[in-house]
Amino acid sequence: MTMAEGDLAVADLAFVRRAQIDARPPPKTMTGALGWLRDNLLSTPFNIALTILIALLLVWALPELLKFLVLDAVWSGTDRDACREVVQHREIGACWPFVYERAAYFVYGSYPIPERWRVDVFFAMLTFGIAWLLWLNAPRRDLGAVYFFIVLPVGSIILLHGLPAFGLPVVDTVLWGGVLVTIVLAAVGIVVSLPIGIVLALGRRSRMPAVRLFSTLFIEFVRGVPLITVLFMASVMLPLFVPQQFEPDKLLRAMIGLALFASAYMAEVVRGGLQAIPHGQDEGAMALGLTYPQRMRLIILPQALKVTIPNIVNTYIGLFKDTTLVLIVGIFDFLRTIEVARIDPKWATPVTSTTGYALAAMFYLVFCYGMSRYARAMEARLASGDKR
Amino acid sequence: MSAETSTETSPAQVAFYNDPRMRGFAYQIILCVLVGLVVYGATVNAIDHLRRAHIASGFGFWDTTAGFDISQTLISYSAQASTYGRAFWVGLLNTLLVAGIGLVFASIIGFIIGIARLSGNWLVAKAAGGYVEILRNIPLLLQLLFWYNAVLKALPIVRESYTAPGGIYLNNRGLILPQPVPQPGFGWVMIAFALGIAGAVAFHYWAGHRQMRTGKRAPVLWVSLALVIGLPLAVAAVLGFPLAFDYAKAGRFNILGGVNVQPEFLALLFGLSTYTAAFVAEVVRAGILAVARGQTEAAYSLGLRSGPTLRLIVVPQAMRVIVPPLTNQYLNLIKNSSLAVAIGYPDLVQVFTGTVLNQTGQAVEVVAITMLVYLTISLVTSLVMNLYNRHMALVER
Repeated sequence: MTMAEGDLAVADLAFVRRAQIDARPPPKTMTGALGWLRDNLLSTPFNIALTILIALLLVWALPELLKFLVLDAVWSGTDRDACREVVQHREIGACWPFVYERAAYFVYGSYPIPERWRVDVFFAMLTFGIAWLLWLNAPRRDLGAVYFFIVLPVGSIILLHGLPAFGLPVVDTVLWGGVLVTIVLAAVGIVVSLPIGIVLALGRRSRMPAVRLFSTLFIEFVRGVPLITVLFMASVMLPLFVPQQFEPDKLLRAMIGLALFASAYMAEVVRGGLQAIPHGQDEGAMALGLTYPQRMRLIILPQALKVTIPNIVNTYIGLFKDTTLVLIVGIFDFLRTIEVARIDPKWATPVTSTTGYALAAMFYLVFCYGMSRYARAMEARLASGDKR
Repeated sequence: MSAETSTETSPAQVAFYNDPRMRGFAYQIILCVLVGLVVYGATVNAIDHLRRAHIASGFGFWDTTAGFDISQTLISYSAQASTYGRAFWVGLLNTLLVAGIGLVFASIIGFIIGIARLSGNWLVAKAAGGYVEILRNIPLLLQLLFWYNAVLKALPIVRESYTAPGGIYLNNRGLILPQPVPQPGFGWVMIAFALGIAGAVAFHYWAGHRQMRTGKRAPVLWVSLALVIGLPLAVAAVLGFPLAFDYAKAGRFNILGGVNVQPEFLALLFGLSTYTAAFVAEVVRAGILAVARGQTEAAYSLGLRSGPTLRLIVVPQAMRVIVPPLTNQYLNLIKNSSLAVAIGYPDLVQVFTGTVLNQTGQAVEVVAITMLVYLTISLVTSLVMNLYNRHMALVER
């Protein structure tokens, strides 16, 4: 102010604005909800057309889905008449009483009813172990690993299969079914495939030609054939290869097939992680005089596994989805129990199949999506560690 | 260097069992012996089992009459006259058919969804993301069972078929389409088509060379389209369109004529394509994101419009990142086509590892042949994609 008043040239002018005026607000159409709409949905004629197209598609599909799953769904009833259009004289959506009635079958299969608490305990133990491992700030995560990879498998076998000495009658695996089998198959695959995969990955990078050859052959062979042929091999050929008295039961055969299949994929994932570790790490460890097992255990593997956690989880998602294939070799997994229940004449309606599949889809979606979110969160966490 | 001289002057001071080379040698011998023992034991047991079960071994069954019917055959086949070997080829061709068409559809859908996920249009990006998350996280087998049992098998019966003009019917027996019937002279159209493709390829090379020499660009796309589509059409017009269609007609209880696409095939093709497309979309998205933003900006600053930028700058570089994982997805699709067995499409596994194995009981031979076939398909596919990849790969100076 004072400087301007003393300046003659300025004083001669008719008008000089001496204070900065505030910027005018942007047009209403460029900010807020309208602006967002314009930027994100209606920026070009092509985008407007796309938006309308997708919106129409969603307006058509989503209410249909909601109608089927909730609005038109039947919530109570005792048999198929509750879910039949000709009986109820209205449009019928999902037939949920069918699911209630069969819920126990979907979860336990034909596991004897008085022994089903053992399955519940198994689920609880598993949930506890998984929570311990996944919660990164949990206390004593080393103990958690011991629990998950040693205590849990042994405990589960005793609990589920039974040990007469402990007062637990033996339940033959033929009676196992439903979610129990799906979870057991997935858990066995998860627990077994990682160690075998690590050994195979190290074998493939070994300097010993014979070790490298066998590892590579196994990995490439298994990855080159469909899982279903591996399962056929496990269920039809495996019994031929072992002496008659050791013939493994059906579920065990499927487990072996699934675990070997997952191991080959895991090996490639781990190998990717090993390749990401600079050679200097190994050389540095060598210079310190560490032996091969020490170098791997203390230097290389911890780093390699850490960077591959997202990929390992993705392999687990694949494994979890792949467990459904065992229904083709006659194991009663969750999907198979749905397949069996949906053709039951007691609940024979046009909507029964779709209801069953909707339930199964939600089950797998929740598990797989949950795992993939975890993998993505881990990825973000690892990336932030690298940023410094 | 120093290590070598030191070993020369003073021979190894360690005992032989501490020498890494001797150890490595010993480990490998132990491994070989173990593997040998396992293989030997398995063979002995298998021979013993097979002898006790009175199951023949060897490949003699290949020429035995099969005696079962197959619902979809691309080559002539009959239950009474054809052998197990013939059934094998029928199954293999069915596998290749569904996998081949599935690859094309999965690629098209996958590229569209992958690009849609990166769209600036919020709704499009979210819808594509929803597609990927839902399809990827539900087991393929469940999707196939759903399409087959809950959708296609729930379609109306023949008399209440959905119809579209031109003799197209959709009912619970599948999709009925008009059958093309080549008339005399159709061979010339095919020859014109082949010549058109050859001409288009030649023109592409010529145009490329000319552009490198003189900087002049030729309308490659339009000339190619004219050669590949226009030339056969012109030949067909001259010959009076030597292609007739056998249109299906609805009879009283049945639909007569036309070509019937089985519901099993439809369900498998649809399920495989949409499922694999979700994975292809992720591969495509990652590939496009891997091209640095500076590349696009540099292209714009050189005056290229967004179309040529995408075609000449972004896509060629993205393809380098896309091809290797895309190969894996293609292989997965081919291997996943074996899930056909769950819905009864007569592919290799259903016909050969299913029916033939059950009838002959020769598990070892049948499973071994099946695995060999898939291994061969996998190896050939990776070989082709690797060749393509080498063509696309960055040539460093």
